[in-house]
Amino acid sequence: MSTDVHDIPINPSEKSHIDVDSVTIRFAGDSGDGMQITGTQFTDASAIFGNDLATMPDYPAEIRAPAGTVAGVSAYQIHFSSQDIKTPGDDLNVLVAMNAAALKANIHDLEEGGILLVDEAGFTDKDLEKAELKSNPLEDGTLDGFRVIKANITELTINAVKETGLKGKAAELCKNFFTLGMMYWLYDRPLTHTLNWLDEKYGVKTKYKDKPEVCESNKKALTAGYNFADTVELFTSHYRVKKAALPKGKYRKISGNEATVFGLLAASQKSGRPLFIGSYPITPASDILHGLSKNKNFGVITFQAEDEIAAIASTIGSAYAGGLGVTTTSGPGVCLKLEAMGLGVMTELPLIIVDVQRGGPSTGLPTKTEQSDLLMVMFGRSGDSPLPVLAARSPGDCFNMAFEAARIALKYMTPVVLLTDGYIANGSEPWLIPDAKTLPELKTNLVTANDEVFQAYARDPITNARKWAVPGTPGLEHRIGGLEKAHNTGMVAYDPESHQLMTNERHAKIAGIANDIPLLEVMGDKDADALVVSWGGTFGTVSTAVEESIKAGLKIAHVHLNYLNPFPRNLGEILNSYERVIVPELNMGQLKMLLGGTFGIPVQSISQVRGKPFKVSYLASELHRILETQK
Amino acid sequence: MTTTTAAPLTRKDFAAPIGIRWCPGCGDYSILSTMQGLLPTLGIPKENFVFVSGIGCSSRFPYYMNTYGFHTIHGRAPAVSTGIKLTNPNLQVWVITGDGDALSIGGNHFIHALRRNMDVKIILFNNRIYGLTKGQYSPTSGVGTVSPSTPYGSVDQPLSPISLAIGAEAGFVARTSDNDVKHMGEVFAAAAAYKGAALVEVLQNCVIFADKIHEPYNGRTNRPDTMLYLKHGEPLRYGKELEKGLVLEKMTIKTKVNPTEAETIVHDEKDASGALGFYLSRLSHPEFPVPVGVFRNVERPSYYDAMNAQITSAQAKNPPSLEKLFNSGSTWTVD
Repeated sequence: MSTDVHDIPINPSEKSHIDVDSVTIRFAGDSGDGMQITGTQFTDASAIFGNDLATMPDYPAEIRAPAGTVAGVSAYQIHFSSQDIKTPGDDLNVLVAMNAAALKANIHDLEEGGILLVDEAGFTDKDLEKAELKSNPLEDGTLDGFRVIKANITELTINAVKETGLKGKAAELCKNFFTLGMMYWLYDRPLTHTLNWLDEKYGVKTKYKDKPEVCESNKKALTAGYNFADTVELFTSHYRVKKAALPKGKYRKISGNEATVFGLLAASQKSGRPLFIGSYPITPASDILHGLSKNKNFGVITFQAEDEIAAIASTIGSAYAGGLGVTTTSGPGVCLKLEAMGLGVMTELPLIIVDVQRGGPSTGLPTKTEQSDLLMVMFGRSGDSPLPVLAARSPGDCFNMAFEAARIALKYMTPVVLLTDGYIANGSEPWLIPDAKTLPELKTNLVTANDEVFQAYARDPITNARKWAVPGTPGLEHRIGGLEKAHNTGMVAYDPESHQLMTNERHAKIAGIANDIPLLEVMGDKDADALVVSWGGTFGTVSTAVEESIKAGLKIAHVHLNYLNPFPRNLGEILNSYERVIVPELNMGQLKMLLGGTFGIPVQSISQVRGKPFKVSYLASELHRILETQK
Repeated sequence: MTTTTAAPLTRKDFAAPIGIRWCPGCGDYSILSTMQGLLPTLGIPKENFVFVSGIGCSSRFPYYMNTYGFHTIHGRAPAVSTGIKLTNPNLQVWVITGDGDALSIGGNHFIHALRRNMDVKIILFNNRIYGLTKGQYSPTSGVGTVSPSTPYGSVDQPLSPISLAIGAEAGFVARTSDNDVKHMGEVFAAAAAYKGAALVEVLQNCVIFADKIHEPYNGRTNRPDTMLYLKHGEPLRYGKELEKGLVLEKMTIKTKVNPTEAETIVHDEKDASGALGFYLSRLSHPEFPVPVGVFRNVERPSYYDAMNAQITSAQAKNPPSLEKLFNSGSTWTVD
């Protein structure tokens, strides 16, 4: 008798349910094992179920590092909860390890007593050798502190998909769906979302339409995994994570790079300016270029340039010609763009430079996160060359800040840097879908000829912005360039007075934007003596650590900066009302230096550069150490 | 739509009200004058011309044209012009550059603007020296050039902008000379008429740092014997009486006095392979006459047209809607 594995058990065997608030799972395997898909599917199913969540992919820089090695391990972490959460989680409750290398690379993050699900087939002598393990951790006692669940997932998968005709390696490749099915059982998630997703992916209109057997096999593997977990006494109970009480409305899941794409498209629509993106592929920013290239129906002009310099130079050209110019890159790309950014400052053209920060100097850690480009984008140009610097605080916030970057660029006629980072760019969270109609229109400084004599650098009395007279406008022919200019006329001028005056004007224009950005709000314990100041993508971990520390009895206030230049105008007042200022950041103390230099105050640093976001527990213990032991 | 009833444009309309700061006797003056004479004849409204330059003596050119102009940074003018042209295809965009700007620091952008067939006209002033930085040798300087940075003579080999451009798949490639204003006007006009990326190398004289560098072949008295005027469909002949010609012996071009009509190579700027144009670009003084005129003039698909076709088709299938975009993918509702 054979049972159809498609039959989802209507009455799962009577195992108990345990309610938990939050769970953190990491799926880890070889980079060819489909861990990103597995993680994404689990995330989507949890999102649709109604949990709050945050995710973090962690993949190697190599496309296919040698199979079975630690270098080739790809992982996807999801934190899902019935509560409001802002981080992808610290310690893992569950680790799924598809082979020995995945176990070795990730086991140190699994909590004591945590669930470890392993595919025994990934622990052969050869696998151990590739992972450079001297003994088999499944047998040598090193896993004694965990709840280890061993199954030969590879073999079970091959058997489950046998009747579709899929064999060998192709059949084995379905093992990620088998594993996903097991996890769906463990956390009581319906299979429907993933079954539908597979149908769509392999549907008649797709490039996979000729592979119905692969679709069928993945579906069978998923269902078989679910049934296997239900039937076999591997787990003693299901866990249930109830729906989170999120604000009412329609949601979708969004990553930071997707949100940046949406924000830029919205800014183009709301300003009536064609969006031009000149970019050169670079990890982890390329998905913005990909995303905009997919949306040509918005009239996006996408230009994959020959290098980073051409990318921004073409963007400046577009801005000169009336486009909303955007160039997207990561730190090493910014290094190459700095000279052209100076040209953007000098010619006062509206463009956006998105820097999805990654780790380290030079090539560094291409797929890992860091916040170490702050001082470069602030000061890394010849001369006094001020421009606004914004930073997004979460995946969804990338939408707001990309739109805001465009608003400032167009209103003030200036290049604007938007800093995101690898963590929020690739991480995702639920996003309350905004009503497109309620987004504000973005004003520009576009002009047409009138009777007055046109002066290219005459300034708006309030914003100090110059006019945007684009080629093709009759009567406004004029020349601009990188040379210093005379006040108002914009004619080339090298005299001392002109340089001083124009430097002052450029400075005043950017400083004045402080009057046009939101004031900071202090969070946490406002009456505390100590203030934590965070910026950019660390918002989730820092605010969670502050909240937990307050619950544990510490007195701390917290402000978070989305605007690094200019600073919100009440920052100085806030800093001065606390005895101690602590800045946690994923660099060696760059905001610390800015705050200390700008406001002349002592600042303590919590600094970490491990290519990963802070752990909440680490921050909380550091805050505790600083406040309790260094009184 | 606006209609203009204004008087036809003249050369004076294109002269910017600003003092020109090139050295007296600089070859740039005749190039500027030729351009100012050409533009009124093109039937394009003045506001639709844009001159973009990089850095160098030649790159001051936009300041002297009473059109839209952008003096950018060293070597990047082809990239800046790309953004301009893609954003507003109605503009006629000219890039003014030099041998250092285009071939050294900007070599990459030069290659790729030509390869993509961006509809911009690149005028490369080749004086075989760095002028603005006071006389260092350039990528077109001959081996042994003594300059402040090469007091014992330069040791690196120069390149030919024409060969490079043809190698980069440029569809329109030409050369002219700053001391032959009529020819320069014809070549500029042909470049302006070409739909796509056009490169014109102008043999230009730097009166201060490399005076008379081109004189051995473009000198007014000697040039009948040292330059060869390329004309499409006509035999490759030169000399005061056009008594000399280029002939092909096996795979090699040779010069010959009084060649027969049958053996003289006939110029074909439309040669799809670009092989003839490339071969002609390899001919240099003193072994050969230096060819001037149009080396290559073939139609190629324009980047803008191809890109715009994709946009138009995407918009027809799926009109832009932020609402639709935001709600794409898996969504769920929290009540």
